[in-house]
Amino acid sequence: MTTLRATGLPRRAVAPDLPGAVAALIGLGGMALPFVQFRPNRIVAGEALTLPAALGARGTAVLAGLAAVLLLAALGRQRPALRLALGAAAGLGLTLALGAAATALSAGGGTLARVSPAAGFWTMLLAALLLAADGAARLEARPALRWLLLAAGVAAVAALLRSGVLADVSVLREYAARAPQFRAEAVRHLRLAFASLGAALAIGLPLGIALHLQRGLRPAVLGVLDVVQTIPSLALFGVMIPALGWVAAHVPGAAAAGIAGIGVFPALVALFLYSLLPVVANTVVGLDAVPAPLREAAAGLGMTRGQVLRQVMIPLTLPVLLAAVRIVLVQNIGLAVIAGLIGGGGFGAFVFQGLNQTAMDLILLGALPTIALALVAGVALDIAVAQLRRGAA
Amino acid sequence: MTRRVGLVLLAAALAAFLIAPDRFAPLLRPLTTNGAPAIYTQTSLLRLALSHLALVGAAVAVSTAVAVGFAIFVTRPAGRDLLPLARSVASIGQTFPPVAVLALAVPAMGFGAGPTLLALILYGLLPIFENTLAGLASVPPAVIEAARGTGMTPAQRLRAVELPLALPVILSGVRLSAIIALSTATIGSTVAARTLGEVIIAGLLSSNSAFVVQGGAVVAALALLISGLFREIERALTPAAQRPGG
Repeated sequence: MTTLRATGLPRRAVAPDLPGAVAALIGLGGMALPFVQFRPNRIVAGEALTLPAALGARGTAVLAGLAAVLLLAALGRQRPALRLALGAAAGLGLTLALGAAATALSAGGGTLARVSPAAGFWTMLLAALLLAADGAARLEARPALRWLLLAAGVAAVAALLRSGVLADVSVLREYAARAPQFRAEAVRHLRLAFASLGAALAIGLPLGIALHLQRGLRPAVLGVLDVVQTIPSLALFGVMIPALGWVAAHVPGAAAAGIAGIGVFPALVALFLYSLLPVVANTVVGLDAVPAPLREAAAGLGMTRGQVLRQVMIPLTLPVLLAAVRIVLVQNIGLAVIAGLIGGGGFGAFVFQGLNQTAMDLILLGALPTIALALVAGVALDIAVAQLRRGAA
Repeated sequence: MTRRVGLVLLAAALAAFLIAPDRFAPLLRPLTTNGAPAIYTQTSLLRLALSHLALVGAAVAVSTAVAVGFAIFVTRPAGRDLLPLARSVASIGQTFPPVAVLALAVPAMGFGAGPTLLALILYGLLPIFENTLAGLASVPPAVIEAARGTGMTPAQRLRAVELPLALPVILSGVRLSAIIALSTATIGSTVAARTLGEVIIAGLLSSNSAFVVQGGAVVAALALLISGLFREIERALTPAAQRPGG
């Protein structure tokens, strides 16, 4: 395939590449910043070290390799697959260097020593990922290949974490100190995100179908759901505690049904309320978009109203519904962090504990998995939507 | 029309509450227990609301300038190579949870308004960028062609044709950004930014639902008012802007 574009100007054989140049600028800037932060223990401020200062000649070699990749990208446009591979390799190299620097520095610092990634690491990683993202975006791959790439990315990160090369990085030290709690919070976080999504689908789909059939109800229901979205998450989560506590205490059978003003339940209800609007609105929009002739043809075949809905309307609405699932799942994975503030658990527990103690590693322990989860969920559902659209077309 | 009346009533109620919150104490008293105060008095609610709005306003202004500028750049011949990358960065960036961004900004910038402002700006960029792209893409090629035919330079075409036509869509992106920022700014109180979240957090810490409700209600009212105001502007602009050259 050709990479030339009709820009109105003839292109020279070796033309500087704009995305490559942006990544190079960011990456080379990152080389001047400290790569790691070294602290005698996890609370006190420590000293910032560049990669060569932390890792000696090996560090210089990694930087030289990265600089070569970045210059290559800035000076000319590689094939998308090659650029993706170069970006991924640069990211892997940086991560391995981080692990090695942590091991080398903490060897002399005792078990309390903490080595955490600093601005330079994040900036250079950003440059590497930008290169990879540029390659991936221009690859215009089919869904099957995108699934494969996503799986490969997840597997690579999992393998890196399991291999132990990063074991001396502060976040993973923090993880090692509280692995059982981490697993419990991860389960709780996922349960919050998925259970609220499930509940929103169970209630939102029928509600959306009802609104599709009864136009008169739309302004009222969608208006109320719109207002719910404007309530700040902190307040909605907070109000749920007394509200559900009151229900549990005063409505017979409510407490037995698991309704409670403490623990996971208030967070679950708050997430559910935020999820309703995207599900209901997209159901209505999707059903409305089914062409009338198709509906009439199905009815003409002798299908009942229910059959038309189940066998024609819903399958055609699926891409729009899946888009709503993407919005809700990504949003809920992010918002579930707030549950940590009201005792609902999840990764937010680490984030807010870390904020209280000004312990960066603890914040990262909560924030990084949340970002990773949201990212994987978002990309996976994007691919699924693309796949459905392709199948429908 | 009823929508406008509703907005005016809401604005009046909000103003009354912010200026004389004590008058509303009987309304909120049932939410308190053990004689706890019904109205947050540590800091004046009006001052918190203004500082909340100032933070959101500053963030949205920066986001708008950066996002619109960047969207224009990547749709011109000089920047077109960046478009696929910018698109995928925008869609990936949208999956980053605001709370995580906020928490990660703290170590870099310390506690206070700084990290909140940064998180609000970063998070506000994406809707505006996407909408500016969509708005510019929605300008019919025939219209641009006609403008070119009348001898307009590219800069004139952008200023007099493309931007005015894209304005309603851009504005709806700014509205989305402002609403997200209003809600996210409340979380800023967990990192010591002066916002209405302070009231909610005080309520959470002392188990005083009245505080949680009044903080949440004021932010929700602000969001509804701002959203309504933007919608009015969008509506007013749309018919005029659809007349080419108007």
